[in-house]
Amino acid sequence: MTTLEEPSAPAQQAALKIDGLEMSYMVRGTARSVLRGVTFEVRPGEAYGLVGESGCGKSTTAYAALRYLPSNGVIDAGTVTSDGQELTAMSAKELREFRARKASMVFQDPVQAVNPVLKIGRQVAEAFEVMGQSKKQAEESALEALKRVRIAAPESVMDRYPHQLSGGMLQRVVIAMGLACDPTLLVLDEPTTGLDATVEAEVLDLVRDLREELNSAILLIAHNLGVIRTMCDRVGVMYAGRIVEEGTVDEVFDNPSHPYTKGLLNSIPRHGLQKTDRELFAIPGTAPQVGAHLPTCTYIDRCPIATDLCHSEVPPIVERSDGHWTRCHHSDRLDEVPEPDETEVAFDVGTEEVIGVRGVSKTFHQRGHDVPALVGVDLGFAEGETLGLVGESGSGKSTLAKTMLGVHSPDEGGAITLRGRKMADKATDRIEESVRAVSMVFQNPDSALNRSWTVRRILKRSVVRLTGVKGEAADRRVEEVAEAMQLTPRHLDMRPRQLSGGLKQRVAIARAFAGDPEVVVCDEPTSALDVSVQAAILNLLATLQNDERSSYLFISHDIGVVRYLSDRIAVMYLGRIMEIGATATMFAGVNHPYTEALLSAVPSVDGVAENRIPLAGEIPSPANPPSGCVFHTRCHRAIEGLCEVTEPDMVEIGPGHSIKCHLTVEQLSEPLVVKERMLAEVADDPLVD
Amino acid sequence: MLRFIIRRLLLSLVTLAILLLIITALPNLAPGDPARKVAGGTASPERLAQVTEDLGLNDSIITQIGDSVTSVATLDFGTTADGRPVTDVVRTSLWNSFKLVTLSLLVIVPLSILGGMVAAYKKDTWIDRTIVNVGLAFSAIPDFVAGVFLLAFLGVPFEFFKVQANAPGAGPLTQIQHLLLPVIAVLAVYFGYLARITRAGTINALDADYTRTAFMRGLSTRDVFKSHVARNALQPTVAVLGTQLGYLFGGMVALEQVFTYPGVGKLIIDAVNGAEYPLLRAGVLAVAVIYMLATLTADVVIAYMNPRARLSVGDS
Repeated sequence: MTTLEEPSAPAQQAALKIDGLEMSYMVRGTARSVLRGVTFEVRPGEAYGLVGESGCGKSTTAYAALRYLPSNGVIDAGTVTSDGQELTAMSAKELREFRARKASMVFQDPVQAVNPVLKIGRQVAEAFEVMGQSKKQAEESALEALKRVRIAAPESVMDRYPHQLSGGMLQRVVIAMGLACDPTLLVLDEPTTGLDATVEAEVLDLVRDLREELNSAILLIAHNLGVIRTMCDRVGVMYAGRIVEEGTVDEVFDNPSHPYTKGLLNSIPRHGLQKTDRELFAIPGTAPQVGAHLPTCTYIDRCPIATDLCHSEVPPIVERSDGHWTRCHHSDRLDEVPEPDETEVAFDVGTEEVIGVRGVSKTFHQRGHDVPALVGVDLGFAEGETLGLVGESGSGKSTLAKTMLGVHSPDEGGAITLRGRKMADKATDRIEESVRAVSMVFQNPDSALNRSWTVRRILKRSVVRLTGVKGEAADRRVEEVAEAMQLTPRHLDMRPRQLSGGLKQRVAIARAFAGDPEVVVCDEPTSALDVSVQAAILNLLATLQNDERSSYLFISHDIGVVRYLSDRIAVMYLGRIMEIGATATMFAGVNHPYTEALLSAVPSVDGVAENRIPLAGEIPSPANPPSGCVFHTRCHRAIEGLCEVTEPDMVEIGPGHSIKCHLTVEQLSEPLVVKERMLAEVADDPLVD
Repeated sequence: MLRFIIRRLLLSLVTLAILLLIITALPNLAPGDPARKVAGGTASPERLAQVTEDLGLNDSIITQIGDSVTSVATLDFGTTADGRPVTDVVRTSLWNSFKLVTLSLLVIVPLSILGGMVAAYKKDTWIDRTIVNVGLAFSAIPDFVAGVFLLAFLGVPFEFFKVQANAPGAGPLTQIQHLLLPVIAVLAVYFGYLARITRAGTINALDADYTRTAFMRGLSTRDVFKSHVARNALQPTVAVLGTQLGYLFGGMVALEQVFTYPGVGKLIIDAVNGAEYPLLRAGVLAVAVIYMLATLTADVVIAYMNPRARLSVGDS
């Protein structure tokens, strides 16, 4: 195994050094290898990122950095060293000391990572007690720690239980715990996955600021390449338990030198790519299973430029530039990696409105309170059109989707129309044609498909229920639909658990298309999938749309994906459409201040974003919306005396481009000078419950 | 929390009222003539009429219910066939059951919780399998069968184990010694059940991210169990204990029979056999009250353990 020691490396010892680490999981008595010789180091004060698709061993590596093995995990070879101490040789007591004083870890889901039955103060204080502080000292230190992560109202947070805080606040709490010991090494495992883009941006800002204060080394695991690009100095690309490419983030992302890295980067919509430009690149095949036998190059089965050499010899480490290397025999032939072609297909959007949302409001009644979840929403879908819908969690996106489907009925006066005619409010009251007209693809195909049914039965039920076709004709229709989803007849007799995530989502999409719908509501259809699988699903959705002429309501947190697929984009906040316009117009400039902040929060793979506009505090509760313009409490352009008094009307500022804002186009185009003030407000913002 | 307890107590009163209705109506609905059963087959017609009158069966059902309510309010349920006050008889049985149940809990709860937690921590090892399977095997044996076996293999050959569970007037230690065999029988039945519930709860808590976070913070296994796992893992166990406590009081009829122990179970079955309706009424009501208090206590304990459970309690 080659180790990478730069001759010029400073005498200072690495905060984390993993050397030739091989690990396997014992599954029913057989060892299945998961790490196949991982070697990298994180220098003091450096941020190192690990990227790769699920199952590649990222998280296993992260846990190994603190020597936390699952009960069936075995280290077969290699060492893990931190600051000169070898973790792999430590006793249980030394290891506890190491975790208490030297290293910390922050996990993916902050809601799960804190104990639901203990007060926040108690849990943070515990991190200090482990280091020998008295209860009283620890409590004071805990309060300090919460102040350091700039949480709103730290005194009151100390006394609260986890379920009383939002995800973003909890992640701050978890980070506060992690920083208790001023760690030499901080491991962050997908710290922002599952958080809203705006909250994600805040958490990332916090980590970046703290890094300057602390001089901790950071190991950041993320599948979001944008997060890695904006946060890290260097990055390692992992595939099937091995690092296949390493270098500075700029080098690796701008000049990828391994076929896998190239494939990964090609599969995400970058540089404002749209479906009319070209298809996304989906890496063919699937990632190898844990324990697969891969004696030479691990990427061999999916590599477009593999030769006989790749089958017979382990690829060497090839230096590309200083500190940038790839583990590939053919790094000189990377140009041969096929790039997706420019698309010839024209995506025509019809002019006639198929489905309309007309003045729809939805008020829920909770414990005697009115909670307006949707307020006067007006939208129309033309044939073959994709309308992207963005907004933070709690902005009413899913309520809108459910109202269209007839799960919720809109308040008096609102209507969902099909070719101009009002449909019944409740799905159960709708005539067959209306029921067929709207269908849905859910975020998580695992829970959306009946696990004990075969794919054929799942699809047939939808075909029979929606089209009324029976018997052999129904079977034929099932096969047709499946074929359109690029599912083979073999898949039809499988059950969902035998399928990969991507295939399951194809089945869910097939089901949605079974009744030949006019509009398909896609609620985060790719956010549970890996990027290369996501690419295939997005391509599929685009192709289907062209063939079937159906419209999409496409809900997603991922602005890049929304931009790729959508013809128009609507931005929602507290149940109201704040802005709507053609995709190109939306990204070209003058936006509603909320859109402006949302767009600026996205960590981009294409390099560091411009000035970020922080959103003060959290989204207000719909039960108690702010007066005037609902966004004024967080708006960086709010005009005192106007915005908190009167609610603005929707005004058209360009062809098909409307915003709900008092400001004029000229005012909105002025560059921002308010960043400092906004940051100060974040710190004092009172706790939102 | 107080509001929750009051609300629950009021609800319990409603349940008790319904129960009272049913047991008051019982003699009127029972097949055959209850008075004949009480007085005996050879009783004279005068005697029979007297007994019918004493049982209140000549009164309208409304009057009977009124009498029931009065008897509950004054805690005076009349006298038994042999002239003892019902209240005293029930009180003695309750005290006996209380001794048996308390001693059983003191043995069973720590043992099953420990067993369940060890099994969870050593999941899928031989230790886990032994605990789970042994527990399951013993749970499958009815308590009175276990009792008979214990009598045969421990009670008869060893002087130390007493065949008679009841030792009236003896010192506390002697009483405990006498209760050992029935306690072991109860343990055999409940250990497997409680240990398995605890094991499942502990496995969930051990798999949880917050437990992993606690380990990553450098806490020792003991501290992790003490401050993070226990409170989360034991909630189902507490809930089950709450519902089983009522059963332990009134349901161990057969076991009490085997060890000739005068507990509430034996009281109720004797009352049924002798058609002693006042005794039956008081005994059933006593068990119901204990059952309700036990489940209420369990809910309050869970609300204390889990702040989210307090939400449903209406106290956030």
